[in-house]
Amino acid sequence: MYKLRIRQLSLYYDSLQALKEIDLDVESNEILAVIGPANSGKSSLLRALNRLYEIDYARITGKILLDEEDIFNIPINDLRRRIGIIFATPVVLPGSIYKNIAYGPRLHRRLKKKRMDELVCDTLKSANLWDEVQDRLDDSASRLSGGQQQRLCIARTLAMQPEVIMMDEPCSGLDPISTAKIEATMLELKKDYTFILVTNNTKQAARVSDRTAFFYLGELIEVDKTQKLFTSPVDSRTDDYIRGRFG
Amino acid sequence: MTFRIGPRTSQVIAYITLLLMTAITVIVLLFIIVYILKNGLGQLTLEFLTDSTREMGKEGGILPSILGTLFIALFAILIATPLGVGSAVYLVEYTKGGPIRRIISFGADCLAGVPSIIFGLFGFIFFVISMNLGWSILSGGLTLAVMILPTIIRTSEEAIKAVPHTYREISYSLGGGKLDTILRVVLPSALPGILTGVILGVGRAVGETAAVIFTAGSSLGLPTSVFSSTRTLAVHFYILAREGISMPKAYGTAAVLIIIILVINFIAYRLMHRFIARYY
Repeated sequence: MYKLRIRQLSLYYDSLQALKEIDLDVESNEILAVIGPANSGKSSLLRALNRLYEIDYARITGKILLDEEDIFNIPINDLRRRIGIIFATPVVLPGSIYKNIAYGPRLHRRLKKKRMDELVCDTLKSANLWDEVQDRLDDSASRLSGGQQQRLCIARTLAMQPEVIMMDEPCSGLDPISTAKIEATMLELKKDYTFILVTNNTKQAARVSDRTAFFYLGELIEVDKTQKLFTSPVDSRTDDYIRGRFG
Repeated sequence: MTFRIGPRTSQVIAYITLLLMTAITVIVLLFIIVYILKNGLGQLTLEFLTDSTREMGKEGGILPSILGTLFIALFAILIATPLGVGSAVYLVEYTKGGPIRRIISFGADCLAGVPSIIFGLFGFIFFVISMNLGWSILSGGLTLAVMILPTIIRTSEEAIKAVPHTYREISYSLGGGKLDTILRVVLPSALPGILTGVILGVGRAVGETAAVIFTAGSSLGLPTSVFSSTRTLAVHFYILAREGISMPKAYGTAAVLIIIILVINFIAYRLMHRFIARYY
């Protein structure tokens, strides 16, 4: 059963083609790592899946199916609730830790105070942040450290009860300990969610992912079981990239 | 041999020059305030603040003018703020920086530079005569609203533009629509900047003479409704001084005007800091 099926997906910023006829399937409850050098279209892929490219005035061709349903037939707010995204730089909204997490759910439905409290508590626990912030939920979120802010962003995404969580280099600005915490969080959450992890860190891809896709200049070069891709890649460009010969 | 200034000397010269510039600005400002307060504070008795005006201002207090000023300024702000902020939101969030936005922004800049007496003349012809509102708090408030609108639009526009694009991106990615994003993320983030524009507007409205003398008149009666004519503090002060009615009372009025502006600014900044402390 595939969670996402991508067929002949191309994405254009004006005349620049950032994705070239991508065919890719994402399985339920897997962590799919997407690796590749700069300008390979990794972020564009994520922005296509939840139609966030629309605010960049980009356009796409091809088909994307979420649970076999065309994403263009799903109301956009529902789509973005079901496919959450975490960005490279954690951006907390102005306001308290509590309000940051409550922001998404409040957009979609009315919740009683008690239910919301539970949701905030649960998501913070899932994101491995609860112990550090439980007695200061009303403090400004911007006072948290970078690693804590990124875990808050994860909690904020979890609060929408998404099905797919896309991460765009979530650890690029973080220290090794924060990175380890986020990787542990992903592995714990895998049983309930499907992850697409864009990363510049090939070691991270090797550590956490089930399968890995290698993108280069907007093309999907190859996708395979992570262990296989990292030990015996088919394409020489994949081999070169993994061995650090370019990118 | 050429004469050269070493890097260390040039630093010192720059520092002293900038310090002097700041000092001159502050001294001029302080001198004006101290001079007015020195001459005016002696007049500030409870009677002066709470009594009605008698004998054209030679006797009695200035309560009608204090109330008239506050009502007109309040009116102007209540009308201009929603209009101005709404326009700014439209310009930034809905026009994508196209020609419409450039034309309106340019127009607002030009309007902000138009002398207030022109607005007074416009208000007189349009509100007082054409719309038959007469010399009144309403006419004065509407005229001042039109006058401070460009300032509020431009400051709000800059404040909204300065909200990081990533905030909007986050809101959209969490399933927020455009309106949710504007109401829950963009406006709260831009509020301090918007408030600065509103405070500037209040300052201009409270201190304005030319535009209100044409539109609110110069009646000394206690205002009873929005259709009452009234004489604002600035106009009262102008008439007292110009017609030689009473210089001490003129200074007293000026002192009250300055204190009102200081108090309004103080309260506004306190509110803003409380807001920022809570949200950032």
